Amino acid sequence: MKLLDSLRFRIAALFRRSQMNAEVEEELRSHIQHRADDLERSGLDRAQAERRARIEFGGQAKFKEECHEAFGSNFIGTFVRDVRYSLRVLRKSPGFAIAAVLTLALAIGANAVVFGVLNALILRPLNVPQAESLYAVGRGSDRSMSQPYQSYPDYIDLRDRNRSFDGLAVYNISQAGLDTGEHPTPVWLNEVSGNYFDVLGIQPYLGRLIHSSDEHGPNSAPYIVLTYAYWHSHFQDDRGAVGRTVQINKHPFTIIGVTPAGFHGTLLFFSPDFFVPIVDQEQVDGWNGLDARGTRWVFQTIGHLRAGVTPAQAVADLNSIGSYLEKTYPKDDSKVDFSVARPSLAGDFLGGAIRAFVTGLMLLAGLILLAACANLGSLFAARAADRSREVALRLALGSSRVRILRQLFTEAVLISLAGGAIGLWGSVVLLRWLAVWQPFPEFPMNIPVSPDANVYGVALLLALASGFLFGAVPVRQVLRTDPYQIVKSGSTGKVGRRMTVRDVLIAVQIAICAVLVTSSMVAVRGLVRSLHSNLGIEPRDAMLVETDLRMAHYSADEEPAMQRRMIDAMKTIPGVTSVGLVDSPPLHMGWSLSPVYTDTTTDLRRANAAAPVIVFGISPDYFCAASTTLLSGRTFTWHDDKDAPRVAVINQEFARKIFGSVTNAMGRYYKIEDGTRIQVVGIVEDGKYTANLAEDPQPAMFLPILQSPSSETWLVVRSNGDPQQLVAAIRTKLRDLDTGLPSFIQTWNEEMNGALFAPRMATASLGILGGMGAMLSITGIFGMAAYSITKRQKELGIRMALGAQRKEVLQAALGRPFKLLAYGSTAGLLLGILASRVLASIVYQATPRDPLVLGGVVLAMMLLGLVAVWIPAQRALSIDPAKLLREE
Amino acid sequence: MTDQAQLLPGTLDLLILRAVSLGPLHGYGVLLRIGQISGNALLIEQGALYPGLFRLVRQGLLKASWGTSENNRRAKFYELTAAGRKRLREETDSWNRLATAIASALSQQSEEA
Repeated sequence: MKLLDSLRFRIAALFRRSQMNAEVEEELRSHIQHRADDLERSGLDRAQAERRARIEFGGQAKFKEECHEAFGSNFIGTFVRDVRYSLRVLRKSPGFAIAAVLTLALAIGANAVVFGVLNALILRPLNVPQAESLYAVGRGSDRSMSQPYQSYPDYIDLRDRNRSFDGLAVYNISQAGLDTGEHPTPVWLNEVSGNYFDVLGIQPYLGRLIHSSDEHGPNSAPYIVLTYAYWHSHFQDDRGAVGRTVQINKHPFTIIGVTPAGFHGTLLFFSPDFFVPIVDQEQVDGWNGLDARGTRWVFQTIGHLRAGVTPAQAVADLNSIGSYLEKTYPKDDSKVDFSVARPSLAGDFLGGAIRAFVTGLMLLAGLILLAACANLGSLFAARAADRSREVALRLALGSSRVRILRQLFTEAVLISLAGGAIGLWGSVVLLRWLAVWQPFPEFPMNIPVSPDANVYGVALLLALASGFLFGAVPVRQVLRTDPYQIVKSGSTGKVGRRMTVRDVLIAVQIAICAVLVTSSMVAVRGLVRSLHSNLGIEPRDAMLVETDLRMAHYSADEEPAMQRRMIDAMKTIPGVTSVGLVDSPPLHMGWSLSPVYTDTTTDLRRANAAAPVIVFGISPDYFCAASTTLLSGRTFTWHDDKDAPRVAVINQEFARKIFGSVTNAMGRYYKIEDGTRIQVVGIVEDGKYTANLAEDPQPAMFLPILQSPSSETWLVVRSNGDPQQLVAAIRTKLRDLDTGLPSFIQTWNEEMNGALFAPRMATASLGILGGMGAMLSITGIFGMAAYSITKRQKELGIRMALGAQRKEVLQAALGRPFKLLAYGSTAGLLLGILASRVLASIVYQATPRDPLVLGGVVLAMMLLGLVAVWIPAQRALSIDPAKLLREE
Repeated sequence: MTDQAQLLPGTLDLLILRAVSLGPLHGYGVLLRIGQISGNALLIEQGALYPGLFRLVRQGLLKASWGTSENNRRAKFYELTAAGRKRLREETDSWNRLATAIASALSQQSEEA
């Protein structure tokens, strides 16, 4: 408070300065007049008296200045003068000013962007009332293994038996065909429990929301609630939309309301188009999961903790329900440890990795800023050394050291604020673009990274902090200046042989940059390798046609025939070499896991399962279309149908895990969840299946689509023709078959963007940071080399005059920068290798112990050094000793 | 002039407060009053008075207002505020303690020597 008052007083004083000046002047004049009156009384005439009075009084200007000082109005006055002076000084060396501002702009910009993402994904609470007490329930206490999925009956038990939550709600992410009168389009939606909006405390923007009272058993609540965004973009803000009837998968639903504008559900990166009651799940998904206790398909269970209940108490409560479930439903529920976590990043499911990555990125960005500060600090120290004569002169003339330091700091902060402003501007542009970015064409992303006050605040803080940080480097130098020595001997001074603060700063900066370069190289190599690793499929030259027959309301009986017709139709397209069908392609977001049992297992409870296995339903030609190598046995034929014995093709990992070895597995039997015995008829190579290239080999089984039917239909169309024409041809064929079937066509490579998203993002961000690090080390080394050559021009000139060879001159001039580069790079490389262990968890096959990476880093740092010292070296060589010595 | 004592640092403020405590004064008046109450024993540079006055106003110990002087000239008059009065009392006490202590210290030393 006191500080604020004083500041206000000073600012007011600043504005009153001219008025105050007049007042002080009048007061002093009045004093002199009074004195003159007295002198006049003692016998002098008026003119003489006034003259005498003025002389007695002394230097008016000095006292006036002292009055201002005493009144406190000088603080800001001095500041303004410092700013003006700094601007003048900086204008005199525009190269330095621009380089410094740009360096900081980049560093602060990078920090602001990363912080913007960190803020949006981790720091900022969800846009729902009381977000701080909102938790999601996960299965599995181990952070990395925690899964959000529950089965619906389990959810009902959790909802009704827990004593820790003010109501538990669930939602599931689903896709359906929506027909608003034109043609059906695939849309993304949330299936929500009746209490969903009430648990979250969301009020409708229009109409009403879904409530528990709407639920009367399966398919009993044909209502949908639109999100504001979807209502805005697809219903053009038409208030009459509420009450309208639309078709979801050809079932009539009534729009009953619209959610408020800021509400996108509780997942940060997904924004659904609308909400439907989960009791209508059968109509939306085409199968009934409401009674399947063993099928965990409901994405997330969320609720507010009761007041006074800690997360640990809630977990204990949930676990007691877990053991009840295990006892009551041994067939479906095995032992489970529950966990609770923030719902916004799907609990720990994705949150763990995202948090680790963004935090790591923030650290690296901080390092960049630190490197930039080290860079600028050494530049400032160099400048201060150059200006030591000026400083000495000012000190000799009676200026205080504090005053000089204040001026130097003003200069530093001016630069950092300018850099901060430019960096922030750039980051705001980038963040705004990120906020509307849609990396996956078929998946509605919502990355709410628009900058807010926090981002602006952090950028300002960073700017000020870095200004003071690099401004502080020359402080010691100024404090130790001995004005008499310097004025006497001139500023050339001695050529320092020992390591100075500046040298250490440069070495530190190079080390930091080497860390960044190393990590970005490790990441890039990892990505390149994972792209070339064996995926078990060949995405090149393959087109994926995604559709779901339930969206066009096919019955389960009609589906196989329709799928067969689709495959046959694709085969007639010229250039198509093979066509396969799969219910969900590998490396797609939606894989399904199912437990399998050895043939001898009789008690089919979950705990006795041999392994959870990824399941694919495929058509006979799928392996051919996907280019998956069949190692032994046979693939399916259209005769592997409902009436034929159940068969499967398994991968090598499955064979190893269940049957011990690949050779052992052929012809053997195993059991699936419902107890059906299945015979292994073929074995294929291992591949990558989940949407994560970093996965370890997973057991997988492929079942004939006729024996394990699914309405989800992905056609793999391999062709050697032009993709554009192929898309058009596929579309025509599909329309000929059914005009009302919504579909999505893309190349397999495009579809795999999802799986590659995380490593690509990691690589891109690390690449950018690495590039910035490289740039900073160039400017750092360049600055130092150029400076040392300017300083030692005379010495070098003399050496050349005495007959030194070019090589010796270069060695004398640039030996030191290179030595620093070597020290810094080595330290950075070692640190980078340590840091890269973290990377390995995100980027598949990222290993720092890769000769190519090590060599690459060394080469890169050497190249950077060469580039950086090229111009200074030229300057050193072009020194003309005759001219130089004449000038001195 | 030569028999006038140099002012100890920090004592100017105390003298100003003391001078003004006897009634509102303008700057020149303060100077005269100090001369009068100190028996012209103290040397005060005329201009140096004003930074002192400004400092005391800023600290809230004095308040200033424009008025007309006995010479019928416009002048700024200073008077004590309540805080100023309190400060004057405290400073006077502490000065007296200091002066007594130093005086006794000096007299003892001369006895021993």
